[in-house]
Amino acid sequence: MAELVSMRIAYGQALVELGKVNPDVVVLSADVSNSDHSFMFEDVFPDRFFNVGIAEQSLVDVAVGLAYSGKIPFANTFAFLFATRALEMVRTHICYGQANVKLMGAYAGLSDSFDGPTHHSITDIAIMRSLPNMTIVVPGDPVGLAKLLPQAAEWPGPVFFRLNRNEVPVLFDESYDPKIGQAITLRPGGDVTLICAGLMVSRCLDAAEVLAGEGINARVLEVHTVKPLDVDALLQAARETGAFVTVEEHSIIGGLGGAVAEAVTGAYPVPVKRLGIVDKFAETGPYFEMLDRYGMSVDDIATAARQAIAAKKG
Amino acid sequence: MHYHPEELVRDLSARAQSFRIQVLDMVYNAQTGHLGGALSIAEVLTCLYFHHLRIDPARPDWPERDRLLFSKGHACAMLYTVMAHRGFFPVEELSTFRQLDSRLQGHPDPVKLPGIEVCAGPLGHGIAVGAGMALAQKMAQTKPSSFSAPSGRASPARVYTILGDGEINAGVIWEGAMTAAKYRLGNLTAILDYNGTQQTGATADVMSTEPIADKWLSFGWHVQEIHGHNVAEILNALDRADEVHARPSIIIARTTKGKGVSFMEYDHNWHGMAPNQAQYRQALAELQEELAKWQN
Repeated sequence: MAELVSMRIAYGQALVELGKVNPDVVVLSADVSNSDHSFMFEDVFPDRFFNVGIAEQSLVDVAVGLAYSGKIPFANTFAFLFATRALEMVRTHICYGQANVKLMGAYAGLSDSFDGPTHHSITDIAIMRSLPNMTIVVPGDPVGLAKLLPQAAEWPGPVFFRLNRNEVPVLFDESYDPKIGQAITLRPGGDVTLICAGLMVSRCLDAAEVLAGEGINARVLEVHTVKPLDVDALLQAARETGAFVTVEEHSIIGGLGGAVAEAVTGAYPVPVKRLGIVDKFAETGPYFEMLDRYGMSVDDIATAARQAIAAKKG
Repeated sequence: MHYHPEELVRDLSARAQSFRIQVLDMVYNAQTGHLGGALSIAEVLTCLYFHHLRIDPARPDWPERDRLLFSKGHACAMLYTVMAHRGFFPVEELSTFRQLDSRLQGHPDPVKLPGIEVCAGPLGHGIAVGAGMALAQKMAQTKPSSFSAPSGRASPARVYTILGDGEINAGVIWEGAMTAAKYRLGNLTAILDYNGTQQTGATADVMSTEPIADKWLSFGWHVQEIHGHNVAEILNALDRADEVHARPSIIIARTTKGKGVSFMEYDHNWHGMAPNQAQYRQALAELQEELAKWQN
């Protein structure tokens, strides 16, 4: 069993490190800094931290003003609030107006599990992905987070950075070298491709192990950047494995699975089984148990892989 | 406060009136646009661009410039007109308003048109975005510059944001107002175009904002109330706002929607309607008659 490390503590640490090397980085919060751990930045850089109160629309707009003045604002609140309550601000200024704001979407997916469906964020990727000029990054573990966060600061334009609340398995070591916009083949295989982001990467790696015991060679492709999508890597995987399973901690409508299906449909159609939350709100409960309950278990992934392989054209 | 000579007041008043004629032409020729709120903000925009703002049309991205956020973006026909005559782009370009391939989009676009500071149109953004810009200026601690405004003002850069009175129905206005007060943004000045009319009727009927001065005072802002078509009062109020340091300030400019055209004044139907030929001719005659008074 891999070591479990808190993603939000890893986030706070990565933010502090970023603040040390980039003086233009400023951090804003809608009064949840002790939830998402952006308070760790405030402790070190109090003059570069702004709490605008419980006001997510203002949070984004104030960040826009700072961005237009040469700062690199990292705005922090829960992912669903960026994608719903503050969406008009995101669309108008950050995407259309090209303000260089980085949206740190905390407690994404089901990771705020005990706070219930009001706090779950299962439509944020679909919403953000529909916006021109938006970039969406979903780190797979604390190492990925630490490596991708500084790239978000350097990335020219808006980024929606999707953050998990909880302790998650550490998958990678220092040799892991993600680049925004480039999918990574974490495990080779020619029978089926398991396409994943975030915590689902660990579950896909586990599922690939299960499948290997049956003689099925499953490729695991980490798509930590949902937009812009690495279409070349996807089409290569389509040609070489002929079957896809997408796994995401999100609704199956419009998220990673939707993006992948859109990419291959016109270019190199293969069977795509999409795993995630099937068009419903979840409920309150323990995190890992809820992921299993709502269709994102290792067994679910292995089953979907077998079905996708069976669906290949003879 | 500075002394403003009568010639300056007459010159700015005449310019504002001539800009009304230009805006009427633009909306008539395009047969689309928002006249009422453009006509009400003529003097305020003219005073800012032709006297008060420390800007350089040749360097729209000059880091130490004053920022003007035109939050009531639908009235941008007047903004474009004032900017063109101030030298930001050729006056001839005004004829492309709202047409394909134009930089003069239906609502202001900072990516397409240099000199526009922020997108506007969806209402309510001006205070909070302006607060972000004012925060950044405070962090930068910009120094007085040798490059001054026509007014002679050479103080560090400031942020100005122009709001409509219907616009302040939006909740984010008040979120931003609290943030600006919290961070003591004395370098932020809002100007409220209090023309009393919004898209479907009088503001008093649609969503009353009274007592307007008390609202802003209670949010921690410095408040002035002026006659918004009186150039001398506008210039004095802008000077006074510059001297407020520990809190943001707002100038409530009492104006008339559709100012200068008898059949448009106070009529909400002229919020977003283009005139026909007969209406155009009558409006033009009325505006020219008033202009002649300022020029003589």
